Amino acid sequence: MLGVVRKKMLGQSLLKIRPAVSVLRSYSSSAKHMTVRDALNSALDEEMSADQKVFLMGEEVGEYQGAYKISKGLLEKYGPERVLDTPITEAGFAGIAVGAAYHGLKPVVEFMTFNFSMQAIDHIINSAAKSNYMSAGQMSVPIVFRGPNGAAAGVGAQHSQCYAAWYASCPGLKVLTPYSSEDARGLLKAAIRDPDPVVFLENELLYGESFSVSDEVLDSSFCLPIGKAKIERVGRDVTITAFSKMVGHALKAAEILEKDGIDAEVINLRSIRPLDRSTINASVRKTNRLITAEEGFPQHGVGAEICASVVEESFAYLDAPVERIAGADVPMPYAANLERLAVPQVEDIVRAAKRACYRSVPLAAAA
Amino acid sequence: MANWCRISSRTISNHVKTRVNQGLPWGAVGINQTSGLSSALNPGGPVSDGNWRYQNRLPVPRNRATLFCNQRFESTVAEKQRDSFLSSESDDDHQSVDFPGGKVSYISKMNFISESSQTRVPCYRVLDDDGELITDSDFQQVSKEVAVKMYSNMVSLQIMDTIFYEAQRQGRISFYLTSAGEEAINIASAAALTEQDIILPQYREPGVLLWRGFSLQEFADQCLGNKADYGKGRQMPIHYGSRKHNFFTISSPIATQLPQAAGIAYSLKMDNKKACVVSYIGDGGTSEGDFHAGLNFAAVVEAPVIFFCRNNGWAISTNVSEQFRSDGIVVKGRAYGIRSIRVDGNDALAVYSAVSAAREMAINEQRPILIEALTYRVGHHSTSDDSTKYRQLDEIVYWKNARDPVNRFRNWVQNCGWWSEQQETQLRNSVRKQLLEAIQVAEKTEKPPLSEMFSDVYDYPPTNLEEQENHLRETVRRHPDDYPADISV
Repeated sequence: MLGVVRKKMLGQSLLKIRPAVSVLRSYSSSAKHMTVRDALNSALDEEMSADQKVFLMGEEVGEYQGAYKISKGLLEKYGPERVLDTPITEAGFAGIAVGAAYHGLKPVVEFMTFNFSMQAIDHIINSAAKSNYMSAGQMSVPIVFRGPNGAAAGVGAQHSQCYAAWYASCPGLKVLTPYSSEDARGLLKAAIRDPDPVVFLENELLYGESFSVSDEVLDSSFCLPIGKAKIERVGRDVTITAFSKMVGHALKAAEILEKDGIDAEVINLRSIRPLDRSTINASVRKTNRLITAEEGFPQHGVGAEICASVVEESFAYLDAPVERIAGADVPMPYAANLERLAVPQVEDIVRAAKRACYRSVPLAAAA
Repeated sequence: MANWCRISSRTISNHVKTRVNQGLPWGAVGINQTSGLSSALNPGGPVSDGNWRYQNRLPVPRNRATLFCNQRFESTVAEKQRDSFLSSESDDDHQSVDFPGGKVSYISKMNFISESSQTRVPCYRVLDDDGELITDSDFQQVSKEVAVKMYSNMVSLQIMDTIFYEAQRQGRISFYLTSAGEEAINIASAAALTEQDIILPQYREPGVLLWRGFSLQEFADQCLGNKADYGKGRQMPIHYGSRKHNFFTISSPIATQLPQAAGIAYSLKMDNKKACVVSYIGDGGTSEGDFHAGLNFAAVVEAPVIFFCRNNGWAISTNVSEQFRSDGIVVKGRAYGIRSIRVDGNDALAVYSAVSAAREMAINEQRPILIEALTYRVGHHSTSDDSTKYRQLDEIVYWKNARDPVNRFRNWVQNCGWWSEQQETQLRNSVRKQLLEAIQVAEKTEKPPLSEMFSDVYDYPPTNLEEQENHLRETVRRHPDDYPADISV
């Protein structure tokens, strides 16, 4: 299988992964690395190759190679019928993609950022999420809405909101949040193959980050299950749940905490809807303490749902109140110093973990 | 009005040309320009010859004073000038200039294109108000079999609407909306299509589903939301959907079906299918952003879709004059590069012919087509509406009696010798009886079981939904008094 993949990749002139592949042949024991961008690109490429019904649609996905170069090389390889550059109308192309999905095609719709998906949210919720239910199974919508979500750097309020909580509150949708390249590949493939509408929330700042990937991950049949979280770091003293960029922050926080004798367990949620409540609860039952970390606004956020779930199912196991680390409850400011204050930092997670372990006094609760 | 309609199609185009040359200073006010002025002076009641005109019900235009000016505006000159220099474009190539989007001629006189044309786009009709065929008209002939089927379906739709409406008033169903006055649009458009053509309705087109073989029982089951409903009791009444009839489930948000239609048509195009998509929209729905997106996109990707706009004059209480300022919907087609036609929506033969032709073009030329069918919404918007609150009862009664599409088509079918009074009585009695029975059967049929509450949210139920369902079953089992006895678990 890998040989076939390699052949396809060699036939491609534009994939960055190629140098790593030739390294593969000579040094099979050394770690392979892949950026999240390449992980997404290769996943799209492989799924489009495997299934003729999969096609890409969005602003700048074709000729421009993708606003963030995620779809690089795909127009050249698959042609304009399968990689569509759309006019500027999120509502329009979301509606068109849903229509195509109603009729059996498998569109992958790119929003330049999920902030712009708000212009299409009626189609995502009312035309995609609810259709299978409202039509009693007659109209399924095998569609993927993907694009960068959450804060980037210095782009202001209308380019920085995290939509995980909004989409995850809607039945009928699946909401995925990859962190590493392995997540990106496995979850995007799973999303494309899934017959239900999937909202796939990437992160712009992660696109350039490189992660090591195993042979299994590089295989074109690789796929991750939807609805399963991953325990990135096993620990005993406190559970930290996170998704997307915050997973990186949580892992760094865990390293710092280790020096202070606190052994943190870091859970990479991977899937916000369905939420892997059993993994989270099993972890809390082990550690007895929980910190949830997210970039988005605190009210009605992902952390609120996790906290409620743990209180409902594992109340007796909690030794400390659950604490939520979230973005500031303000539209994202632009000035660099203000932006830094508005987004959770590693230190915020460290301090919260210490509070949960009663190593420091909690701040007086704000109204 | 009747006299004007007897003019043959050739004379109509001459008539239009005369109007253009006269360069009248106002735009789209009346169907008939000469009488437009007199009725604008008397906005209150019907014109003396007893016929009702659209403009009598329009609110007085703000610039009414200008209606009476004899001054020739610069802008009216523009219409002719624009036409003349477009024709000379090919002769004077050095007079053109290059821009992204192509070559365009230039002009040194500053002229604004008028906001409206001197005359409204004429309306294609084939039968006059009495159902007589207009001489020399273009139309697609229908066989006796098809004509009788069309007529019977129009009658069935009329009766179905009446009976379900009454049922809602009696409290037997929660909601209903009728297609009264739009029977020709419903049935004739459906008749011109094949089973492979895909329908994306708005909500006032159940006749299309009726034509395709959805039974009266199936309609009743959906309205009652029982377990025989294909929608498993998930949708409010009139939100029909049937995969096997290629009729996509009705969705409440307005105009969302338009870009979806472009998407489905794109899918047909990729598959090289010899079929098209037909999507319906009302006059009000064309104000939605999705109208723009759907039409624009369909034109750009060259998708085989027919956008059928039912311009019935009213969007709940919003009259068309408050909905848009253009000459209806048909003129918008050109703005998107879409071929368009305006048709008399109460003329079944005209609708049939226009849709047939549109279908050919959509499939063979792989392009979208826009059809605007002018009609009148005889009924209230829905059972939640009382339209006498915002329009005159006289107006409703006039359209119901004098402009009924069913009567008009019956006259034609009868004149062809294909229908009789006896058949009429038989049909009406039979349909009425079937409907009453269907409702009774539907009422007696059980509602969907609890097991259908959590299915189809996803393709495969996730664990949290399974847990919720089990929890609910357990609750019902433990507290039977809190739940109706006939609840099926």
